[in-house]
Amino acid sequence: MSQLLMAPIALPLVTGALLLILWRAPLRIQRALSALATLSLLGIAAALLWSGQRNGIQVYLIGDWPAPYGISLVLDRLAALMLALTALLATFALAYAITGSDRAGRHFHALFQFQLLGINIAFLTGDLFNLFVAFEILLIASYGLLLHGGGAERTRAALHYVALNLVGSLLFLIGLGTLYAAAGSLNMADLAARIAALPAADQHLARVAAMLLLAVFGLKAALIPLHFWLPGTYAAATAAVAALFAIITKVGIYAIIRLTTLVYGLGETPMLAWASPWLLAAGLTTIAIGTLGAMASDDLRELIAYLVVVSVGTLIAGIALGTPAGLSASLYYLLHTTLVTGGLFLLAERIASARDGSTRLSEGKRPPPSHQLGWVFFLAAIAVAGMPPFSGLVGKVLLLIAAQDHSALIPVWTLVLLSSLLLVMTLTRAGILVFWRGPVAAAEKPSRQPWLIATTLLATSPVLVIFGGSITDWTRDTAEQTFDAQAYVTAMRQSTPVVVRESGGHH
Amino acid sequence: MEALIALCIGLLIGGGVYLLLRARSFSVVLGLTLLSYATNLLLFASGGLTTNQAPLINEGGPFADPLPQALVLTAIVIGFAMTAFMLVLALRALNDLGTDRVDDRRGGEER
Repeated sequence: MSQLLMAPIALPLVTGALLLILWRAPLRIQRALSALATLSLLGIAAALLWSGQRNGIQVYLIGDWPAPYGISLVLDRLAALMLALTALLATFALAYAITGSDRAGRHFHALFQFQLLGINIAFLTGDLFNLFVAFEILLIASYGLLLHGGGAERTRAALHYVALNLVGSLLFLIGLGTLYAAAGSLNMADLAARIAALPAADQHLARVAAMLLLAVFGLKAALIPLHFWLPGTYAAATAAVAALFAIITKVGIYAIIRLTTLVYGLGETPMLAWASPWLLAAGLTTIAIGTLGAMASDDLRELIAYLVVVSVGTLIAGIALGTPAGLSASLYYLLHTTLVTGGLFLLAERIASARDGSTRLSEGKRPPPSHQLGWVFFLAAIAVAGMPPFSGLVGKVLLLIAAQDHSALIPVWTLVLLSSLLLVMTLTRAGILVFWRGPVAAAEKPSRQPWLIATTLLATSPVLVIFGGSITDWTRDTAEQTFDAQAYVTAMRQSTPVVVRESGGHH
Repeated sequence: MEALIALCIGLLIGGGVYLLLRARSFSVVLGLTLLSYATNLLLFASGGLTTNQAPLINEGGPFADPLPQALVLTAIVIGFAMTAFMLVLALRALNDLGTDRVDDRRGGEER
């Protein structure tokens, strides 16, 4: 049992608490502490990624309580992948915030660490109730981060976001209660075995719970028809926060994967089989609505937020195919979209500061022609829309190949391809409006650091293509392991407390 | 007892949804509070309803399931924190936007 599993939770927790105590300390100390913790987290996540590949599924029993009764953390390839992605994105978001935007309000660094804490717990936890707690932690932190910097627009966005997520949390609890009433456990591995063993007459309650939970995770992931909170929220947040938020919708996606492949994954008809028509329809509608929303956006940040919606639809469509190949394509696309949309949010702020301070897609001032922003935006637009030679294309092609033998071949191909075409047009229009129209803005001295950070984050896209072979091997193995619910259950069952007490030794 | 609990949960949810849809920030907070009470009751009932039983597993005898109680406790704490946050946010919104309407148009200039 590796103690390292506890590190992605303990580290941001301790750092966040320290930062709260040190809130009067000079900003550079807070920055140093936060940066140190995030870089260490990146190292830990890399180590876990490596150990997840080598050692199979690992279980850590908190407080040494035996599995279905105590709280357990589970690390498999999927969890390790998500942890590493979070740490990588967080490093860039934090580096960007340190260049200036963390000055806009207090407690940025503490909230940032708590945000990471919530996300990491969500990926590591082995039971559904702690998934709920993790959601609450990451949501509380995200409320604070969303409000960072203040202003009426942010307050309005936060009011909607908070109210909607509170309703979502209550639905989550209702789903958990129903599931507990039906199956009598909340440990995911234990639940999988119990649900599979339920007599057919009692299956209905479990399915009602499953659909409730699916709706909640769909809300967190911004799946149609529960997506409407996302564009306003993401467009209102500061750039570094919006970049970090690119991972939050993926927590919902992760929960959907776990629910469909693990919790309901055992037995004769796994949930994915009967939920997939719904999921597929929702995913494809999300692609369509997201694309329309992007086309109608009159603000670059809102446009990027709709790109997140489109990517959620694409990811869900891949998962709903119900095959390891589909999930593998989704996982590759997940890596791509999280990093690239995160980078785009950062880039949008650079564009705003090189123009007249706004990202509105109207004829405002344009950045000076000497600025490299235009090229970076051009390449990023190609990457995010799924044109060659960047990672968006690879992800979408993998998805199209995975859909080849599926009965929904025609709708999937049509929507994915059509949406890519329309997005290229939309991004072209946005690029023309921002870079080619209007009077040239006064050439201020461009600050290099934030620009470099945004560009480096976007440069992960070609890296994903260059190492495409090994990454798709990795995602394929991850998808296969994720579909093997029995292995997960076995790993949980075989985990025993370290301290085995002698029989009768307790007083 | 089951009927009474179910009726209570239903009433609370009905009232909560009604208040939520009134789309004024204070009503929304009250509505969310009612909804969270209903949810807590439902969670509490999910382990089965018993009277006068200790939450301890004794040999063969009836017992009250302790896990839902632990869940409700956590849910109450989280719900309380969220309500407090929502109230502060509603006050801030009243200050920033000059209106307590949740669905006010962008800018909030026309009141």
